[in-house]
Amino acid sequence: MRSLPRAFRTDAQTSAVKPTGTFATTLSRLWRNPTASFGAALLVLLAGSAVLAPLLALHDPLALVPAERLRAPSHAHLFGTDMLGRDLYARVLHGGRLSLTVGILTAVICSLIGLAIGLVAGFSRLADALIMRVMDGIMAIPGILLAIALATIVGGGVSTIVLAIAVPEIPVVVRVVRGVVLTLREQTYVEAARSLGTRPGRILIRHILPNSLAPLVVQATYICGLAILIEAYLSFLGAGIPPEFPSWGNIMAEGRGFVLIAEWIILIPGAFVAATVLALNLLGDALRDMLDPRTRRTL
Amino acid sequence: MTAGSAPILAIEALETRVRVGQASFPAVDGVSLSLHHGESLAIVGESGCGKSMLALSVMGLLEPRVARIVSGRVLFDGADLARLPERRLRAIRGRDISMIFQEPMSSLNPVLTVGRQVAEVVRQHEGLSPRAAWERAVEMLALVQIPDPRSRAGEFPHQLSGGMRQRVLIAIALACAPRVLLADEPTTALDVTVQAQILDLILSLQERLSMALVLITHDLAVVAETVSRVIVMYAGRKIEEAATTALFARPAHPYTKGLLGSLPSRARADGTRRLTAIRGVVPPLSALRRGCLFASRCPHAVDRCRVEAPELAPIETGHVVACWRAGELWGR
Repeated sequence: MRSLPRAFRTDAQTSAVKPTGTFATTLSRLWRNPTASFGAALLVLLAGSAVLAPLLALHDPLALVPAERLRAPSHAHLFGTDMLGRDLYARVLHGGRLSLTVGILTAVICSLIGLAIGLVAGFSRLADALIMRVMDGIMAIPGILLAIALATIVGGGVSTIVLAIAVPEIPVVVRVVRGVVLTLREQTYVEAARSLGTRPGRILIRHILPNSLAPLVVQATYICGLAILIEAYLSFLGAGIPPEFPSWGNIMAEGRGFVLIAEWIILIPGAFVAATVLALNLLGDALRDMLDPRTRRTL
Repeated sequence: MTAGSAPILAIEALETRVRVGQASFPAVDGVSLSLHHGESLAIVGESGCGKSMLALSVMGLLEPRVARIVSGRVLFDGADLARLPERRLRAIRGRDISMIFQEPMSSLNPVLTVGRQVAEVVRQHEGLSPRAAWERAVEMLALVQIPDPRSRAGEFPHQLSGGMRQRVLIAIALACAPRVLLADEPTTALDVTVQAQILDLILSLQERLSMALVLITHDLAVVAETVSRVIVMYAGRKIEEAATTALFARPAHPYTKGLLGSLPSRARADGTRRLTAIRGVVPPLSALRRGCLFASRCPHAVDRCRVEAPELAPIETGHVVACWRAGELWGR
């Protein structure tokens, strides 16, 4: 069937072609946006390589082969080997599992806790004053220092790192969510819901929560990228994941002494960190533009 | 009209004050009215006359930090809504008394399908199952004459035109078959051609469901052929009330005359074709409330008007007016 010019389509036809607002259409719009699809593709590639690491890497990431140490990238060792002769390709892929886990866990934890606190703060004026002062207090703690302190007290590990990154980031999420809730609660449809006798709890869940998810998702992608970066800093400083487990930060930390003779040990995991953070930021930017109705039309 | 029976909604000397900084000003100043079962009533006045504040006061939707009812009663079904706790008010809102807002563009939640939004009210007030509520939603959408309601129910607000959205809002307001419907400028944001359709729809539904209707508007033309009785408000006070035909035939208050004089298409008694505007604007809330509040804009004002506030007094059966000179000027 020959399609009619856009202006001649009836409402029903247009809506059949483009039923905006559903998850599927958001995905299809995402795909048509070059920035977003590039970011998403890169992310899928990186995540896939981490998930499939045991299948993709033929070497054991922990196996020491002293005779093979500090080999440059070659056919036998795609990314070369480190100073203990471990295969860097296997270590970087396996390291991705840890780094991405930290990133995703942090983003999820921050989002959930931040969302809950932000909703309460935005909805109740009394709670707002109290919560926001506490959040200001938390924001005043330098994240890296907190992480180093925690690592010293509790000992390094994924949960310590996630906690250390999440705590200073939660106030950021709370502020975003609270701001959105403050504008949403003045919306006419919230007043209309009140005029229909809707209970406050139901207004919060039915009307305010769904409308505040979009900025939250965007924020979560940034936090995920940030967490991967901070994990790398912390591991590099020795306050992160214990050195026996490969993470991108750990690999770089171990390789820093050999940067002049074996630069690939730092450059390759560094490139993975950079690519992941870039992909997450591209995706976050595109999502922000897409979910904001004011900029939606230009996409 | 069942004038003899008890009114379904009676407002008695309601005063709602708005707080501005440290001071507070009356936005609704001693307004009384009564509405009988199945009756239609219009409240007319310029912007800032307190019409919407009156509606919000009745619904108990005043922002507590900004405005509150200081005296008077809002009697519905024997209960004083002005003093009812929020919990009980919530049970009444949307079920017994519903309200339609003036902005169809922003009164619907953008992330929920319209069917869902209609179903939501029914589930809340009547405890229907999700399926039954959805069926009711489709029925309601059909009732407000939305074509192909079953598929429209699954659409999101931005897929509908302004007129369609206002129909959805009417469907939501009527979903629980309320006994009183407050329509606050329901057609203001719509195209002129759509305005007439929406008004016709509201009126025909009012008759079919035998609801009482309060139509709030600044547009007298809307009132002329729709409601049986009109209340004219000025600066928070009720200044005239009459049957619609009587008000249009022989308005008594100079302000009402001014409003009618600014209507196009109406043949005026003095034979002029020009529209006459009422000079000046509604006094700000903070203005000194002494004497007749319309005096500064009134072409007939005398000294007494500026000092002493006129009380509402009957001028003919069912027609009251608050003007010192109503008697001598009436019918001129």
